[in-house]
Amino acid sequence: MITAGIDMGSRSIKVVLLEELNVDGAPQLKYGVKKVHIMMPGDLDQDVAADKAYDEALAAAGLKRDDVKVVFATGAGRKQVGFATEGITEMTAGAKGAVYMYPQARTVVDVGAEEGRGMKTDGEGRAIDFAGNEKCAAGAGSFAEAMSRALQMTLKEFGEASLQSDKSIPMNAQCTVFAESEVVSLIHSSTPKNDIAKAVLDAVASRVCAMVRRVGIEGEVVLIGGMVHNAGFVQSLKVAMGVDQISLPDMPEYISALGCALIAADRQH
Amino acid sequence: MIANYGYKDGSGEYYISIDTDKCIGCAAERACLTACPKQMFEIITDDYDDEVAWIKKPNCRTLSYDCADCKPSGGYTSLPCITACTPGAIKHSW
Repeated sequence: MITAGIDMGSRSIKVVLLEELNVDGAPQLKYGVKKVHIMMPGDLDQDVAADKAYDEALAAAGLKRDDVKVVFATGAGRKQVGFATEGITEMTAGAKGAVYMYPQARTVVDVGAEEGRGMKTDGEGRAIDFAGNEKCAAGAGSFAEAMSRALQMTLKEFGEASLQSDKSIPMNAQCTVFAESEVVSLIHSSTPKNDIAKAVLDAVASRVCAMVRRVGIEGEVVLIGGMVHNAGFVQSLKVAMGVDQISLPDMPEYISALGCALIAADRQH
Repeated sequence: MIANYGYKDGSGEYYISIDTDKCIGCAAERACLTACPKQMFEIITDDYDDEVAWIKKPNCRTLSYDCADCKPSGGYTSLPCITACTPGAIKHSW
């Protein structure tokens, strides 16, 4: 049986195709095909972009639409996936995927492009408590991206620069627009770029941490979402949360899509 | 599940927490829907097929303003949503 999970994010669409194999009579899961489709300005029509991403993933796996038993969608744009059988929330999908990858995980932090959220989960990957910030993107990846642009750095350089700094410069602005003006002030006062990068990522981490603390930090902590690729942010988050270890999946942006496909498979039994 | 809807900004932390397990088979007959003067609550079917209350999306971004009228400064001694929710599912963080 093959199921599909589609995470319709604000910047990219992630597709995971999951195959359940019967090995010696016991069902085993294998997820072998992953596909990300970055939404370009021409993809403003999200339902068309979802179709395109799904077809690309199927082609990469050598499958046809009829081969997939059920498609579940998650993410901010899940309602735009017209061919999905069911839509599930990002919390449920993220928690399920994270616990599948890390069975001891009980705290899941999801930081994507537009939103960040903290979740507490049980051993089955069922979200039992969650908090997000519904108001603005200051606790998410697009904020870091905007600030890296202001410093004329790539996101990778931005994260690495942050690791070179040991200064703590507080950023007070809660809004991306105002924070950018704080960054401009720091540039004008000749603050080294490394220190500004750390200040920005510390600010994002502090906002994310506030959401996680709302649900409480328990057990193994797993970070999912695209911000895992930013080493500076991961370090800032560790410090803000006061934990020594944060588990980082290899393909963090696919975890919610994987959770979605896992739930789709569970519901067929 | 304890669902926290709202945000934190420079002026404070504004979250309404709903213990959705207490919404299942609501003993207060969904009194939150009518108790809130701003009608911020609605009933949805969650990911586990349970009918639970949540806060309408647009209100999640403006809680400090939407709820201001029901706070002590607005003349209330107790919040109408919390009073109406006899199972005790609703909490405010501020």
